[in-house]
Amino acid sequence: MVTSVGAQTLLDVRNLSVDYSAANGVVHAVDNVSFTLKRGEILGLAGESGCGKSTMAYAITRLLRPPAYITGGEVLYYPPEGRERSLVISKIPRGNLAASQSDGALDILQLTPSQLRRFRWNELSIVFQSAMNALNPVLTVGTQIMDVLKTHRPEMGTDQRKRRAIELLNLVGIATDRLKSYPHELSGGMRQRAIIAIALALNPELIVMDEPTTALDVVVQREILQLISSLCKDFSMALIFITHDLSLLLELADKVSIMYAGKIVEKARSKDLYLNPRHPYSYGLLNSFPNLHGPRRNMGGIPGSPPDLRAVPSGCAFHPRCPMAFGPCQSAVPTLQPLRSDVTTGDDAQIVSCHLYNPGYQSEETPGLDTFAARYAQLTEGGKTR
Amino acid sequence: MSVIQQSFNQAESNNFSTPVLEAIHLRKEFPVGQRLFGTVRAVHAVEDTSFALYPGRATALVGESGSGKTTVARMLARLYDPTSGTMSFRGEPIKLARSSGALRQYRKHVQLIFQDPFASLNPVHDIRYHLARPLRIFGHARNHVQETEQILALLNRVSLTPAEQFIQKYPHQLSGGQRQRIAIARALAVHPEVLLADEPVSMLDVSIRLDILNLLLRLKDEEHLALLYITHDIASARYFADDTLVMYAGQMVEGGPSEEVTQAPKHPYTRLLLSAAPDPDRIKSGGTGMKEVTARGEIPSLINPPTGCRFHPRCPHAMDICRQRFPRRTELGGGHWTNCFLYGDGEEGNQSPTPEPASAS
Repeated sequence: MVTSVGAQTLLDVRNLSVDYSAANGVVHAVDNVSFTLKRGEILGLAGESGCGKSTMAYAITRLLRPPAYITGGEVLYYPPEGRERSLVISKIPRGNLAASQSDGALDILQLTPSQLRRFRWNELSIVFQSAMNALNPVLTVGTQIMDVLKTHRPEMGTDQRKRRAIELLNLVGIATDRLKSYPHELSGGMRQRAIIAIALALNPELIVMDEPTTALDVVVQREILQLISSLCKDFSMALIFITHDLSLLLELADKVSIMYAGKIVEKARSKDLYLNPRHPYSYGLLNSFPNLHGPRRNMGGIPGSPPDLRAVPSGCAFHPRCPMAFGPCQSAVPTLQPLRSDVTTGDDAQIVSCHLYNPGYQSEETPGLDTFAARYAQLTEGGKTR
Repeated sequence: MSVIQQSFNQAESNNFSTPVLEAIHLRKEFPVGQRLFGTVRAVHAVEDTSFALYPGRATALVGESGSGKTTVARMLARLYDPTSGTMSFRGEPIKLARSSGALRQYRKHVQLIFQDPFASLNPVHDIRYHLARPLRIFGHARNHVQETEQILALLNRVSLTPAEQFIQKYPHQLSGGQRQRIAIARALAVHPEVLLADEPVSMLDVSIRLDILNLLLRLKDEEHLALLYITHDIASARYFADDTLVMYAGQMVEGGPSEEVTQAPKHPYTRLLLSAAPDPDRIKSGGTGMKEVTARGEIPSLINPPTGCRFHPRCPHAMDICRQRFPRRTELGGGHWTNCFLYGDGEEGNQSPTPEPASAS
């Protein structure tokens, strides 16, 4: 496993599992998820509500609280080399072998609270779902930005901090006289920009954004996404962007992972996923967004609702809703595998967790998009929708 | 294919039928911060809005939050009284008397579906209660047997099967999509002619949104309902509705057949809305990263709205006259109209000087 990690890798998540212990059973919110993220890459995570995408992001950032528990796996972080920032991370004592691997990687899940405090914001910052309400209403925007600098860069003077705060506001396109504004004086989009400015304060290597634009109008949303996209390019920051809106994600992200019932079912470059979704669930999700151009066609979404994670269906969790389900889907659990016919290899390869592409179960030609469309149409029109 | 085909055919046959519900020059102001002396300030939520709903036809009302689209729906549902203007139902002006008898009579014909199915159903009552109330109040069911029969029929119509099981469930036992189906069944219980759907799917998971929209389309065709679909998602308006109206800051700026409005938008705001909407088709063309939108900014405060056309501070084509007064409606042919000086000022259509926006795709 270790050998497959290239120099460009920033984050390597291996077999991560998270459980919620509820009164009436254990909820496997994230189930054995592995993925890697390169430096400067934008990874999109999409799925229906309750598929575990936010839980996974919080697990990576170590923000989970009981009743959520990380039950297994490791999240390896590769600090950048020869940068000023690496000084900060090098302050983390390396004596602890559990946290620090031989190749310089840190296991985020093993960091102690004081190490975590150094790690967060310097290396990784997060923008929350309700970002518009994440600002403190009784402090000015400037105070809140400088607060971060004061905590994490105690060596900076007041003037320096103020200069940096102005710099950050410029970066996200807020007039600098807004430094003295209170959050209620800003519009939703401006508050969102301010939150992004705070997340950027220490030039982190990785930002996790959990539905950052859900509460915004389309025009403002587009502006924020442009901002995020250009900032990621300019600072070669990596981004994990979580949303349920796949149509938006495809435009923004380099790669997209589709999650269902706590597992990643397909991961591919945005373009590959859009043009050739391989998993029936990915196809269904794409088919849930009416198109703006081209012919108007009948679309149906995915009938049924996501499974109760206390009792995930056997085999492939999607099989009760899947129009393509056949014999082995009910019993055998599929794993993420590259496609047989795929020419691209390595990190860019499209990987999918579906028995349709497993030669052991399905020897004939794998079905194309037409077959998916026809089968979905049968589901939504013939049978009752529930 | 069939649902859309049907709706196209129906649209043609109904093109010249009479509107069932019509709004004529509706205006709504909400007073705020009334001072003892001095002028009363008001939120100018809706300005001079006119449109009509036809039986068997779906009309979408598209706009950002704060554009006044929900206020329009609530006026049509008689939850708010318009400040001025009239509404007419089957050609007869609606009297604005708030007597309960008149309102009940009106709501027998016009029903509203709310955005949030988690809030619109009462958690302490079961599904039978929710559906029995309108049946009893509007006199469709006179005894328990009739009531059960009609409730089961309603549940079947919204595809909640087996209906016998759903009838005794409570809202918390249902998923969001199932709840919205109950809300739709409840609206249908009174046999309305007009259904006003205020963002009926925006609270639901993406994968089941189209299911609910398809259900509404099927019911529209079966019952010959006039449907008003309020949304902020212009792509779903194109999918769902025969006609699309676009609203900005309380003013209606463009309208017409959905295909016309979405494929050949005229008003700069409609163009902005379309260029800002997520569109994965763009990655097909090979471009990476996000596309630039031309006009920045947000909907202005409606307490002190910009004069004239309220879009002028953001409009890339703004002229002096735009600041002075709001343009009259210009017909562009084929039922497509817009209120924009770029295309004329109320006389005949003036298609030629189309400024090609940078955002044309």
